[in-house]
Amino acid sequence: MLGYYLDLAWRSLKRNRVLTALMVLAIALGIGASMTMITVLHVMTADPIPGRSGQLFYPQVDPRPMDSDNTTPDPPDQLTWIDAMNLLHASEGVHKVAMSGGRVTVIPPQGASHAFFVPLRSTTADFFPMFDVPFVDGSGWTARDDEQRSRVAVIARDLADKLYGTPHAVGRMLQLGKYAFRVVGVIDQWNPSPHFYDLGMGNYTNQPEQVYLPLHAGLDLKLSTYNSITCWGGGYFPDDNDMRKATACGWMTLWVELDTPAQVAAYREFLVNYSEQQKALGRFARSPNTRLRDVMAWLDYNHVLPGSVQLQTLLALGFLLVCLVNTVAMLLVKFLRRGGELSVRRAMGASKRAVFAQLLVEASLVGAAGGVAGLLLAALGLWIVRQQPVEYAALAHMDGAMLGATIALAVCATLLAALFPAWRACRIVPARLLKTQ
Amino acid sequence: MQLRPILSTLRHHKLTAMLLTLQVALTCAIVCNVAFMIANRIADVLMPTGIAESGLSTIQSIGTDTKQNAQALHETDLAALRAIPGVESAVAVSSALPLNRNDSFGPACPSRQVFDQAMRTSSLFKGGDCPLSSFYDGTPGLLRTLGLQLVEGRDFLPGEYTAKNNPSVAIISRELADKLYPGQDALGKVMILGGNALQVVGVVATLARPELHGMGDGYLSVITPQLPDSTSEVYVLRGAPGDRERILKAAEAALFKVDPTRVIDQDQVQTYSQIRDAYFQRDTTMVGLLVASALCLLFVTALGITGLANFWVQQRTRSIGIRRAIGATRGDIRRYFQAENLLIVTMGIVLGAVLAVLLNLLLMMRYELPRLPLWYLPLGGLVLWVLGQLSVLSPALRAARVPPVVATRSV
Repeated sequence: MLGYYLDLAWRSLKRNRVLTALMVLAIALGIGASMTMITVLHVMTADPIPGRSGQLFYPQVDPRPMDSDNTTPDPPDQLTWIDAMNLLHASEGVHKVAMSGGRVTVIPPQGASHAFFVPLRSTTADFFPMFDVPFVDGSGWTARDDEQRSRVAVIARDLADKLYGTPHAVGRMLQLGKYAFRVVGVIDQWNPSPHFYDLGMGNYTNQPEQVYLPLHAGLDLKLSTYNSITCWGGGYFPDDNDMRKATACGWMTLWVELDTPAQVAAYREFLVNYSEQQKALGRFARSPNTRLRDVMAWLDYNHVLPGSVQLQTLLALGFLLVCLVNTVAMLLVKFLRRGGELSVRRAMGASKRAVFAQLLVEASLVGAAGGVAGLLLAALGLWIVRQQPVEYAALAHMDGAMLGATIALAVCATLLAALFPAWRACRIVPARLLKTQ
Repeated sequence: MQLRPILSTLRHHKLTAMLLTLQVALTCAIVCNVAFMIANRIADVLMPTGIAESGLSTIQSIGTDTKQNAQALHETDLAALRAIPGVESAVAVSSALPLNRNDSFGPACPSRQVFDQAMRTSSLFKGGDCPLSSFYDGTPGLLRTLGLQLVEGRDFLPGEYTAKNNPSVAIISRELADKLYPGQDALGKVMILGGNALQVVGVVATLARPELHGMGDGYLSVITPQLPDSTSEVYVLRGAPGDRERILKAAEAALFKVDPTRVIDQDQVQTYSQIRDAYFQRDTTMVGLLVASALCLLFVTALGITGLANFWVQQRTRSIGIRRAIGATRGDIRRYFQAENLLIVTMGIVLGAVLAVLLNLLLMMRYELPRLPLWYLPLGGLVLWVLGQLSVLSPALRAARVPPVVATRSV
C-alpha cells in the first residue's frame, strides 16, 4: 500500500513542479536556519565534563561585612585565600582542588625569540585526575610537590611543541620570568567548553591554559595578573602582588568531588557549620550564607549562554514558523485542487483514512526532501558560524544526533503542516464533485 | 474597481486566504522587530568616541624587570618612538583608551558635601548623585595625540603632572559636566574622585569610556594629569592613517631596542580601527545575521504569495475567460488580482502590527531591548505591500493573458 501511495505522491508532485519546488525550498530554508541555531545551542549547552559533572561541586561562603556595598544576597563567586585553604584542608570531600588563574611570562630556551605571555593555572595535585585531563607525556605532580612548593610544571602540548619542538618534554626546564621549573607532564589538546572550572577566563575560551603550576609555587611568582578578583569593604590589592595577603578579596576557586547524595548533604551541612564557626571566631559577620552547586547548576547560575545566541535561536524558530504556515497554505490549495481525483478514489471504495494516509505520505515526501536540502543549508550555516570571530565559533559542528534530529524535525513539521489540509481534503463529498465533472 | 467580487471569491477560499494573511502578519511582526534591532546595533557600531581615530595606533609593552624606573623608561621609549619617521606624536597611558575594555571607573561626586552624604548612606557605588565615571591618564600631550576637542578651559600645565596618585586637576567630558553641574559652568568646580579633590580645568566635547556599560552612560569620563607609573603601559602613536602598519612594526622594533626583555603581546599591537572593530565585533556579526534572516523571511513570503496566486489563476482560468468574454479588459483582470493581493496583505499588516508590538514586549521582558517606535509599523507595512505587489505581478499578468475563448471550451 505504501508503495502505491508513494507512486501516487510522486506523480502528483511531478505534476506541479514549481509548487513542489517552492514548498521544498521553504521547508529547507526554515529547517536550515533553525537547525543551525539549535546545533549551536546544543553544543554550547553541552556538558563540559560528561559523566562527572554531577559529582563535582563548587562551594561558596559569605565572608562579607554587613555594610558591604554589594547589594546581591548571593555570596561572592570566589573564595578568599583563608577560606580556600580551610576548605581544602578540611577532611570533608573525596577529592578537592583549589586554584587560581592568571598569566605568566615564558622565556624561550634559546633566547632567539622574545618572551611571551601564556595563560597560567596555579592549582593542586588533584586537578588532573578530578577533571580527567589527558596526558601525552608524564603526569601531574603529587601532593608532596604541593606541600614542598616544588618548582615543577605541567604544560600544554602546544607550548611543548613551540618551545622544544616535541610533545615529549618531560624533564626539560621551563623558564618563567626569573624562575626555572622542571616539566613533569605534557597534556594533550584539552579545552572543556564551557570553561566550567574557571569562568573568569571567559565562558568559552579559545586560549586555554598553557602552564599549570603547584598552587604555592605559582603564587610565589607574585604575578600581577589574576583572572578575576572581587574585593569588598577594606579589600585592597597588595603592593607586592601577593594576593594571599588580601583578606577581603575573593579570588580563589575550589572544586569538591562528592560521589553520593549523602556526601553532598553532609558537605552542605559542613559549609554551614564552617560559616558558624568562622562567625564565632569573628571572621564572618553574616549568618551562614552558603551555596553548593554542581557543574551544570554553576554554569546555569552564571548564565554562560550568551543572550545573543538565545535571541538568534528564537529568530530562527520564528522563521521556521513562517515557513510552515507557508507550507500549510500551499498544501491546502494543492490538496483541495485534487478534489476530483480524490473523489474518484473515494467513489471506488477507498476509505477516508486511506485517502488521508495517501495525502500524508505525499506531504512527508516533501518534508524529507526539505529536510535533506535543509541539512545542506544547516551545514552551510554552521560553516558561516565557524567563520565568525567569536570564542564559541570552533564548537559549531553537527553531530550524528543533530543530523537525525534535522531530518526528523523536517518530516514532523511537514506532517504537522499537512494534517489540517489533508483533513480538509478528506471531507469532500465525492458525489458532488463527480457530478460537476 | 469593485470589492464585492473579490470578497465573494475570497469567501470561497477562506482558509487559504487566512493562512496567507497569517503568514504576512508573522513576517511583518518579525521583520519590524528585526529591522529595529538592526537599526539599534548600527547606531551602536557608529557611535563617536570623541577622539580622532583614523591616525591612531597603539602598542602595549610589559616590562619583565620590575626594578626599572617607570618614568625614565617611558621617556626613553617615547623619545625612541617619536624618532620613527612618520610619527607625529606619541604618549604613554597606563591602560585605558576608549572602547579598549580596560576600564577603571569609580564614583565622581560634584562636591565634598555630596561625597560625605553618599559615604554616610553608603550609596557611593550606586550611581545617583555620584555617577560612575571612567578614568583616563597619560603623559603630556594626550589631548593632542588622541585628537580630543577641548571646548572649555585649558589643557594641563607641565607642573600639574604627577607620578604619585595625587593629581589636583581634571578635564572632564561634556556629558559628565552636564551630569555633575547641570545648568552651571563646570570650570573651577572641585569634584571628589575616590576621596581626592580635583579642580575641573577643562571640558572636552565627547570622550567615550573604555567599556560602555549600557548606552546612556557611555560618555562619563575624567582625564587626570596622572603619569602612568608602572613598567607595563600602552603607547599611543599618531601618524598618517595609511602608514599605521609600518609605524607599528617600526615601533615594536624600537621598543625592543630600548629593552629587549620586555613582552609585547602581538594581539596588543593594533591600529585604533582594530580596537574599535573588536569592541563591536559581536554587533557587526549580529547585524549580518539579522539582515540575512530578514531577507530570507521576505523571500519565503514572496514565494508563498507567488505560489498561491499562480494556483488561483490556474484554478480560475475558466471564470477569467467568462469575464473577458462579457467585456472585462486585460487591465481589469490584472487589477483584480492585484487588488485581491492588496486586500490580503493589508489584513496581514494590520494583524502583523499587533503581533509586532506583542513580540517587542516579549523581547523587552526577556532581553532588555528598547521599545519599538511605532513608526516602524507603517514602514514594515509599506515593505510588505511592495513585496506583495511585486510577487503577484507575474501571476496577474498571466491571468490577464487568458483569452476570452476559454469560456467557450468545456474542461
